[in-house]
This record gives sequence, structure tokens and C-alpha cells, in this order.
Amino acid sequence: MSGGRRGQLLYFIALHRTGLLVGLLAAALLVYPCLEDNPYTLGLTNLIAINGIIVLGLNLFIGYTGQISLGHAGFFALGAYGSAIATVTAGLPPWPAMALVAVLVGMIALVVGIPVLRLTGHYLAMATLGFNFVIHTVLLEWDEVTGGPSGFSGIPSLAVGQWAFDSEIRLHYLLWAVTMLCLLLSLNLVRSGVGRGLAALAGDETAAAALGVDTRLAKIKVFVLSAVLASLAGSLFAHSFGYLSPDSFGIFTSADLVTMVVIGGMGSIWGSLFGAGLITVLPEWVDLFETYKDFVHGTILVLVLMFLPQGLVSGLFDMIRIKIALRRRKNAAA
Amino acid sequence: MLQLEGISRHFGGLPALDGVAFAVPRGRVTALIGPNGAGKSTLINCITGADQPTGGTVLFRGQNITGLPAHRVSRLGISRTFQNLRVFPRLSVLNNVLCGLTGEGGRSMIMAMLRLPALRHRERLLRLRAMEALDRYQLSDKATWPAAILAYGDRKRVELARATVSRPELLLLDEPVAGLNADETAAVGGQLKRLRASGHTILLVEHDMTLVMEIADQVVVLDSGRCIAAGTPTEVRRNPLVLEAYLGQTEACA
Repeated sequence: MSGGRRGQLLYFIALHRTGLLVGLLAAALLVYPCLEDNPYTLGLTNLIAINGIIVLGLNLFIGYTGQISLGHAGFFALGAYGSAIATVTAGLPPWPAMALVAVLVGMIALVVGIPVLRLTGHYLAMATLGFNFVIHTVLLEWDEVTGGPSGFSGIPSLAVGQWAFDSEIRLHYLLWAVTMLCLLLSLNLVRSGVGRGLAALAGDETAAAALGVDTRLAKIKVFVLSAVLASLAGSLFAHSFGYLSPDSFGIFTSADLVTMVVIGGMGSIWGSLFGAGLITVLPEWVDLFETYKDFVHGTILVLVLMFLPQGLVSGLFDMIRIKIALRRRKNAAA
Repeated sequence: MLQLEGISRHFGGLPALDGVAFAVPRGRVTALIGPNGAGKSTLINCITGADQPTGGTVLFRGQNITGLPAHRVSRLGISRTFQNLRVFPRLSVLNNVLCGLTGEGGRSMIMAMLRLPALRHRERLLRLRAMEALDRYQLSDKATWPAAILAYGDRKRVELARATVSRPELLLLDEPVAGLNADETAAVGGQLKRLRASGHTILLVEHDMTLVMEIADQVVVLDSGRCIAAGTPTEVRRNPLVLEAYLGQTEACA
């Protein structure tokens, strides 16, 4: 009797595990500022939210279409500077500016993606790296528009009516609401037929094409989607901090973003958030990491790729899944 | 159903296929046999768009599909399996089979992200169909297993289930029983017969002559990229050219 009810409960949990996890995380995020009111810590978790948005998109691209991009800090930069220029220089209101910039960045990604995504592997990595390099150089050199090496300041906060998102707590709710929305959309995407087509593409391009997946179009679509997400994250970044420096958008930022994807695991939506969290706070936890950040991140990247090429979280998850299935197979045989 | 006219595929100066022409009639099993390197897999690739023929025409239901990209060919209702298995190891068995229904799951990424009730409903229907396919191939109890841990024979069946779940009009099977034992081969043979009975048209590339003789309505023999014989299994078995291609000089045997 109670066993049956317990079984039912377990079945319910298994059936709705995604929804339950999202709800749980949302609840935790709602109460988090009540427990933690140190603005510095909140600022750090806000940064995780912003990185999380980019990494969700980038993981769809790397983990689900099996491609590589070392240029997403470039799209992040376009979003951030786009919003800054649109609001400060052109005087547009922030929300429409954010949408406009996202559309423009999507179009740029389309124009970049169509030729570049014909490449694969190292060549694609180099091409996207080159794109990031170009953007970074423009930010540094075109100082009458971007502020050059000294940066861009005076970007207004986002606001709803009179209510401005100008404190860390208010930003916490805004940024995490957007991140959770992106998380939800990504989870929906990967659980759909389109998502299965993408997973097929990551697994085996020839087989995916034979099953009716337009591999070229799928790569371009996901590339554009990930660029739009990076752009949104950039806009939010600009309005949250009010100041931009070109240093935030160099090729090492792109490498960090890829490291976050790899830590989280290829094709793991939840892992994306974990990877973003870990790599964002790591330099804060240990001073040594601050100084040798790139070195440490590089080491992590190499180690994970050597021992768990599917990525840390999803690699471990896969191992557990296979262990369980193997045990079941043994039980079934016995 | 499928009409091949003068298909050629040259790799550099080397002809892998040289003017291959034959027809695959509707509702029948056509077997394509020939020694290793005869060009059988190349021909399958040229039909399905995985490779482009350098000459000739592929007609499917009267429509010219020569050189169409693989996903377009697939969406027309031509499904295939691969000689060297191509299941997705990280996906569960059920998801592998669901991939065979990609064409029916809707293609809009935005709709997928919104996951509206209509889409959920469609997902449930697709899942039901995939479960039915798993049932037909005795894979139901392994639905949640990652394909990576499946035994070879099971993987072959996953590929077959994935290729047939969308009820394609034409099914191209590249050595479906290679590497299977006698029992498993007999089981696949039974499944192929059932597929034919339910109206599928099948082009079967196979080395296993027992299976070919048992289920094929028509046999086409390929050797060094050329079509050297065609006819019923009994006719082909008696054809001296075929014996020569398989066994070398026929005089030696006589």
C-alpha cells in the first residue's frame, strides 16, 4: 500500500523532474537575497546569471550541433557596446534598444555564420577566434564611438517606470528572471523534435542528414540563436554595471566561455549553469586563481577534455547512467 | 518506384560505378548483391544524397532526385540504414528511434522553445509511435538504455526501428544482417518479410545469400561498378557471369 504510493510519488518525480528542478531553482533564487545581502556576493551571482545566458546559447551550439566557437565574447561585446551606444550616444530608451541590438547582432551572426559554418574543427575555431579579434580591435581603436581603451561609462540602469534596477538585489531578480527564462526555453528546445535533430547532428552528421535534418541550416540557426543570447547578456551586462571596458571582451573571455561549456558538459543544459557558476567564482575563491586565471582555466580545460571529453558534469552523468543501465541489464539477464 | 539510369561515380579517374541502371518496383524486395568493392554502398550513397553521382539520373516516383542533399531525399520518404552502424551512442534507445521521426516533429525552433500544448500533444503521439516500433523490434524493455551499452545485434535492430518508424515509402538497407548469428538473421528476415507485407518497398544490400534467396523478389548483381545480371533469385543463381564474379573462372568448377 505505502509501497505503491511511494512508487507513484517516484513516478511523478521522474515524469516531472525537469519542471520540478526548474521550480526548485526558482524558489531558491527567490529567497537567496534574504539570506545573502552582501552586495559583493550578490554582484558575483549576478555575473553568473549573465555568463549563464551566454553559456546556455553556446552550449546549444557546441553541445548540440557539435561545432565550436571561440568568438562568442565578440557577440557579447556587440550586445554590450550596442546597448551602450544606442542609449547614451543615440538616446534611445534601454528596453527597445536591447531588442534592436539583439536583432542586429542576430543578423550579423547570420552574415558571419553562412560562410564560416562551412568550416569545421580547427578551421572553424580559428575563424571564430578571428571574428572576436576583429571586434576587440575595433573596440580598442575606434575611440570616438567606443571610448577606446579607457572604456565606455555612464550607461543608464534599466527601469520599469520609476523603478530602476540599480541595486544588486533588484538586479538579482531581473538577471535571474531572464536567465531562468532562457533556461526554460533551452530545456524546451532540447526536449522537442528539433532538439533531437540537433542531438543527432552532434552525434553523427551523416546519420542526421539521412534522417531529414538539414544540417547546414540547423548549424546556422543555432549559431544565430546563441549570438542573440550573447547579445542579450551583453546588453544586461552594460546596464547592470554602467561601465564597459574592452578588456571584458577579449579572446580569453571567449576561451573562458568555452571552458564553462566544457565543465558543464556538451549538451547539458543544467551543466551550463554549473559551468558558468564555477568558472565565475573560481578566481574569487582562491587568490592564486586570480593571478594565474588563464593558466588554471586552460589546465581545467585540458584535463576535462583528456579524461571526460563529453564534459565534466555530463561526462560524470553519462558514466552513472551507463552504470545503472548495465546493472539493470545484468539483473534482467539473471 | 525507384529508377536508376546510367549512374556513374568516378573517384578521380577510378570508376566506382559505371552506368548502373535498374528499377526497384513498388512493394517488392530488390536485393543488390556483388563482391566486396563492387560499388554497392557507393550506389546507396548516391541514391540517398550522402554522395553525388558524377553521371546519370535517379528517379523516385518519376521525380528527378539526382544530387539532392540527403535531408531532402529523406523527407521525400526514402529511409536508410548504414553498413557501419550509425546509432547515436549518447541518446537512449527511445530517443534514437524518435530521431527517425524528425521530419514530423515540426521544424520551427521558436515553436519548440515555447512548447505549446499542440506541440506537446504531437510529441506524445510521436512517442507512442516510437514505442510501437520498439515493440515490433523487441526493444521495449531497453527503451531508456543509452544506445552505447547495447549489444551489436540490438544496435542493428535500433537502426532498423529508426529507419522504419516513419513508414518510409522506400527503405534502403545496407547489410542489415552482417555480423549477426543465424537466429538473429532469421529474426531480421522475418521482420523484412513483415515490412514487405505492410507495403514497404525495399532495396537490400546483402552478402548473406540464404537471406537474399529467401526474401528477394528480384536480384541485381553488381561487379566492378557495373550491373552484370538481374532477375529472380533462381535465374541469377544460374547465371554464369554471376558465378564467375563470385567464384572466379567457372571452368575450374565445372
